[in-house]
Amino acid sequence: MSELVIAVPRGALLAEALDLLDRLDIDTAEIRSNDRRLFFEESGVLTVRPSDVPTYVEAGAADVGITGKDVLLEQADRDVYELLDLGFGGCRMIVATREGDDPLGEPLRRRGLVRVATKYPRIARDHFAATGRQAEIVEVKGSVELAPLTGLADAIVDLTATGRTLVENGLVEREPIVESTARLIANPVAHKLKARAIDGMVERIRGLGP
Amino acid sequence: MIHPVPPGTRDVLPDEMRELRTLTLRLSEAFEAAGYGEVSTPSIEYEEVLRLGDRSSAGAGFRLFDERGKILALRSDATIPIARLVANRFEAVDGPLRLSYFENAYRAVTSGSGQAREFLQGGVELIGVPDADGDAEVIGLVVSALEGAGLRRHRIGLGDAMLYRDLLAASGVADGERDALLGLLWRRDLPGLEASVDRLGLAPEARQMLVELPALRGGVEVLDRVQGVAVDRLRALYELLGERGVADRVIFDLGMQRELGYYTGTIFEVYDPAVAFALGGGGRYDELLGRFGRARPACGAGLDVTRVHMAQLAEERG
Repeated sequence: MSELVIAVPRGALLAEALDLLDRLDIDTAEIRSNDRRLFFEESGVLTVRPSDVPTYVEAGAADVGITGKDVLLEQADRDVYELLDLGFGGCRMIVATREGDDPLGEPLRRRGLVRVATKYPRIARDHFAATGRQAEIVEVKGSVELAPLTGLADAIVDLTATGRTLVENGLVEREPIVESTARLIANPVAHKLKARAIDGMVERIRGLGP
Repeated sequence: MIHPVPPGTRDVLPDEMRELRTLTLRLSEAFEAAGYGEVSTPSIEYEEVLRLGDRSSAGAGFRLFDERGKILALRSDATIPIARLVANRFEAVDGPLRLSYFENAYRAVTSGSGQAREFLQGGVELIGVPDADGDAEVIGLVVSALEGAGLRRHRIGLGDAMLYRDLLAASGVADGERDALLGLLWRRDLPGLEASVDRLGLAPEARQMLVELPALRGGVEVLDRVQGVAVDRLRALYELLGERGVADRVIFDLGMQRELGYYTGTIFEVYDPAVAFALGGGGRYDELLGRFGRARPACGAGLDVTRVHMAQLAEERG
């Protein structure tokens, strides 16, 4: 068993995260074959939602974890070390609106603000503040694309990899905000007390190449 | 009916209170035995006075107005109020001052983080003993006080607040760029730090040192990897800690950064394998006393008593 407990994200990053663990000689067969089990003590792996990875790592329930840069930006006050850009899981945080001319102009001109639906309230708020526009942030937990179509919001801030879901819902990418990839993070105390194991893992991943 | 208390605050019931009292007593006995007399300062002070100590942390999270409209702030740590107390009450005293405290401190926290807005801090301040001599006394005392409280596995992470800043200057990084890089180090964003260093177009050796330094931690051998006055300070301190028999507790961490902005040299944190966050920490703050009165070298340490208690419980379970 690995010396370190690793928090692995379920969802879009899972396949590549498990491939990475394979290359580190951590046995993932049981994780791949059983998608109901959450904690695999024999290999030191726990599987959680990507946005929960920093929570588990900060609290020390896992020593290290894999999650997206988007999650780390959204949870910027989590006290974790960001050790490595793992390179996979590439996607972009963007502003999108319905098709047509200048869909943000009218609400900004006539109401003084735009309504923005998002699962990433902090990133959305920071982006609109940094670009000098007032935004009312509407936080939703899923299916963000629905918001501009139904009049819940003028725009969305969301993550996109291929842009397909946007197109299928008649939305257009208007502004890039930030690029995101998967990151390796570590608990600050484990980073000191288990330095050798963590450095060993970082070195091995660096040595794997792309 | 349930009446809420603010998030980050809590009640303490008799079983826990009994244990916290015992723990506090153990620690304070160790501090007193080493000559550190206990003091107490007000929980609220004039904000403009605290602000003399440190612009960013002075106001902490909570401010209020008194009956004359003056702004008061709840203290966010004990060190700045004690620096004020020393200026007011011990200005004429020459020679070292040894003080200890057990006080609540108050900080703003993000909701849901489980961090405390109000927490009991116990610690020591050693004023008038410069350099490694003072640092070694304080760190040695923290280690032995925790031993007295029943901890066995605690370790000291040791770094220097000036180390990375000095290295940036020595590498020829322009003044205006340094704060951004220190900010990335402070946020522990190592890929971001590496990308920013790469953009500076430094010589390969300088670039490599700036990128690798945050990962340099471990035994005394990591000091061989870097040069400079900060590393000389750490080496001298390590020797003195050896004389006190606590050198084996030390983990050097050359990328360490501490939250409060007044540190000028050695900084340290206290860890226990049973607890996922630092139990406390401290460091040298040679410029702080001078902001309130007579300049005097000083260093100190503070422990979060509740976290020490958590470590105690976990060590009991084995």
